[in-house]
Amino acid sequence: MKSSTRNPNPNPDTPRFGPSKLMVAFRFLRALTLVHRTAPNSSNAARSRRIQRAAFASMAYSAGPRRAWSRALLWRLHFHRARRLCAGRSRAAGVPRRPSTTRSPADELRRLVPGGTGMDYCSLLEETADYIRCLSEQVKLMQSVVDSGGPRGR
Amino acid sequence: MSNRRSRVSEEEINRLVSKLQSLLPETRQRGAGRASAAKLLKETCNYIRSLNRDVDDLSDRLSAIMATMDSSSAEAEMVRSLLRS
Repeated sequence: MKSSTRNPNPNPDTPRFGPSKLMVAFRFLRALTLVHRTAPNSSNAARSRRIQRAAFASMAYSAGPRRAWSRALLWRLHFHRARRLCAGRSRAAGVPRRPSTTRSPADELRRLVPGGTGMDYCSLLEETADYIRCLSEQVKLMQSVVDSGGPRGR
Repeated sequence: MSNRRSRVSEEEINRLVSKLQSLLPETRQRGAGRASAAKLLKETCNYIRSLNRDVDDLSDRLSAIMATMDSSSAEAEMVRSLLRS
């Protein structure tokens, strides 16, 4: 559903979120609501992991299949979900945690960008640029939610 | 369109490297310098790692906020203030 140019808020300033960012925001908030409703009594750590997964999921879903990194993330999230349901083991998907040994900077980058391993140098640079853009936007979004949800949460 | 599997022009690589550098926050751009691609890649890696840490930290904070929320009207409030910002 494309958002119209008509802004319901009588705010003269440029809204911080454009239409596509708004979509990511709503996806993320919807995921947060789900986390809140389905496991209200879980531990902070478990909930935090679910929120982290929701963050990477909403990022990847909004980017869609057009990018290698989003495809890799979506695959990873689904794969981990299936494993979790079978094994009952909980893992934070989307955040690779491996000790770094002596690797070339490009290989190091390949491990950090989802879908990066085996990617040629040119594609790696392009994917990294897009990934960084989306990831930093996600961080800004989460910061906004924290800022708006903090003092007035009732 | 150029075939990526064949020889990629150095120009193309330089263009992509500059684009990447422009996406790094300013403090990291200075550290990367203009000439060294290896330094830029290292700074990019560090930036991604710090973004991942931010997501981790913000998830913890959101989880703590959620623990204090006891009604769905709080969520509506979050959406409203998000739209206002």
